[in-house]
Amino acid sequence: MTSERLTPSAHEVPDPEDRTRIRIEEFRKRRPRLVDEVVTMAHGAGGKSSAALVDHVFVEAFRNPELENLGDGAVLALPTGERLAFSTDSYVVAPYEFPGGSIADLAINGTVNDLAVSGARPQWISAAFVIEEGFSIDKLKQLAGEMRAAADAAGVQIVTGDTKVVPNGAADGLYITTSGVGVIPAGRELSPLAVRAGDRLIVSGTIADHGMAIMLARGNLDIEADIESDSAPVNGLVEALLAAAPGTRWMRDATRGGLGTVANELAQAAGVGVVLDEGLLPIDPTVLGCCDMLGIDPVYVANEGKFVAVVPADEAEVAVAALRSQPGGAQAAVIGEVLADPPGIVAMRTPFGGTRIVDMLVGDPLPRIC
Amino acid sequence: MKFVDEFRDPAAARALVKSITEIAGDTEWKFMEVCGGHTHTIYRHGIEHLLPENIELVHGPGCPVCVIPMGRIDDAMWLAEQPDVVFTTFGDMMRVPGSRGSLLDAKARGADVRFVYSPLDSLKIAVENPDKHVVFFAVGFETTVPSTAVTLLRARTLGVKNFSVFSNHVTIVPPIKAILESPDLRLSGFLGPGHVSTVVGIRPYRFVPEVYGKPVVVAGFEPLDILASVHMLLQQYAGGRCEVENQYARVVRPEGNTAALKLMAETFQLRPHFEWRGLGFISQSALKVHDDYADFDAEVRFSMPGVRVADPKACQCGEVLKGAIKPWECKVFGTACTPETPIGTCMVSPEGACAAYYNFGRLHRETALMVGQGAPVG
Repeated sequence: MTSERLTPSAHEVPDPEDRTRIRIEEFRKRRPRLVDEVVTMAHGAGGKSSAALVDHVFVEAFRNPELENLGDGAVLALPTGERLAFSTDSYVVAPYEFPGGSIADLAINGTVNDLAVSGARPQWISAAFVIEEGFSIDKLKQLAGEMRAAADAAGVQIVTGDTKVVPNGAADGLYITTSGVGVIPAGRELSPLAVRAGDRLIVSGTIADHGMAIMLARGNLDIEADIESDSAPVNGLVEALLAAAPGTRWMRDATRGGLGTVANELAQAAGVGVVLDEGLLPIDPTVLGCCDMLGIDPVYVANEGKFVAVVPADEAEVAVAALRSQPGGAQAAVIGEVLADPPGIVAMRTPFGGTRIVDMLVGDPLPRIC
Repeated sequence: MKFVDEFRDPAAARALVKSITEIAGDTEWKFMEVCGGHTHTIYRHGIEHLLPENIELVHGPGCPVCVIPMGRIDDAMWLAEQPDVVFTTFGDMMRVPGSRGSLLDAKARGADVRFVYSPLDSLKIAVENPDKHVVFFAVGFETTVPSTAVTLLRARTLGVKNFSVFSNHVTIVPPIKAILESPDLRLSGFLGPGHVSTVVGIRPYRFVPEVYGKPVVVAGFEPLDILASVHMLLQQYAGGRCEVENQYARVVRPEGNTAALKLMAETFQLRPHFEWRGLGFISQSALKVHDDYADFDAEVRFSMPGVRVADPKACQCGEVLKGAIKPWECKVFGTACTPETPIGTCMVSPEGACAAYYNFGRLHRETALMVGQGAPVG
């Protein structure tokens, strides 16, 4: 497949349907509007509503060049020339324990992964706890132990923290906020602007495990399936990938909103088209079966230990081989490619031979997954 | 997932498309897929662009979320805002706009609105919360009526006092008839509803060929089902036949589900008339909770405002539902009305034609074909 123009060129007269499409694309590029009077769950779902809230409330108030990149972490240059990545995230997952993990290891892995996909080697973590009155001390000890184990596995240290207790009913058990700092080795430049037509998209492993595990763990679906969260640090995988494919353009961890949201962020930030090949997506058959049953598209289901990387076509093979040689990377695969056209759009080639759009997720199929 | 793969086989699809193209010739064909589920499959798998350009699939009224008029949403919100009411609904309905926002907005303002996967889950909430009154917002064609019927039966058996159903159940035949009576639509035939037919069987559609001279093929929901059904419709024309056929025989029995029909008749009764979004009032087209179950009828237990609310002027959902215009022909499509900020119902439900087209189908035919037939990148 080549990157030749796929939309009608300018001298052709667009038909009415094309005119509608062009109008929609112009509209999609506009700054998202914040029309709501109160915060709804959709503002926390990672889709367009979240973007609108962040843009109109927080970016508006805090405006500065580092923030406006809106990456997974801020990249900060020290006077000495060294660069740090700095990231923060809150964890409110319900239930706080689920097959394959808990709020504790999620709080470490999530922040470690945000730093890693920024190109940094994660080093220090802070942890703040909001605890509901009545929470078991034994359970808290156990979760702290799990955080320590997750930090050890990722090679990071928890170096500072804070504890707050709120009255019964003012929180749902336990919320954790972690922040992290990592050092970006000299010479690493990852940016959506480096992405070129013909580049390949790689995913580091099976998708949709975490979101589906949480959904089933809530126990109100009456579906019994052996699905575990993929909660894991990806910094080891990232280092292996960057060593094997030094031309790597850009990475992002596919958490809330899943692969589909990440692909859209890429298409919009880089001004390129992205084609995903549905037949190449690594998905556990049980997870796929559950998604089908519930009418949920696995490309929008959250992951907590997977990232998407864009690499030059000639490095795709070695990149996948490097990932597969690492623990947790056995299912890594090339899943799509970058096209010059149509810019800002993610399309999916279905195994059936058809094509469809993969847009930003709207609404919230499953709140409080992380 | 083998049971799915065999209905998504690309080689079988190519063979069917080839045969369809041959039989279709140069004639312009317009087939309506009645079900929103079909519409969803058509866009999700890019079937529109696989078919030759002279076969147009017209999206029909069979999207239960889409046909609910605004006034009923306002009533639902009124119910949700009553003190000590837990209002339960399928997830899709949460985002449907009424005249004062959606149930999602009501929830954000403090109403106890919960989404459930089954009416039985709602009954469970009632049993677990005896100090609250739990209302289930029942929507859907005959497909979902039996599950509400079972819930009513169970509620009575358990003697639950704090549970009621706000019924918006509708039936499929009256809107098909309304569409056939509509002068601005010339259809060549119908892809008949699959899931509804598991309950009602295929006999209720006989009037379509007999009275209106249009063929019907009851179709399944996998992409190959759609292609096979289009093929069967064309073959009827080629063979000079006009009848009701059943492509979805692996699930649909000709007589339907007689046990479910019996249960429905016990727990529900026809309303004299009901307002459909875009189609207006259609007589004997909807179901209310049976008088014998009046204790469980939210419309009896609460005095809802029941005000009829006109659709927003800009919204052309009605025209879309009748198949009179394509989603992209609506003036507000994709700009003022998007899945994020829907004005009309067709943009809310994943089965709505506008949402399906917006989310999956907004690709130029050439682009779609080139991407779809490109070599796999792996």
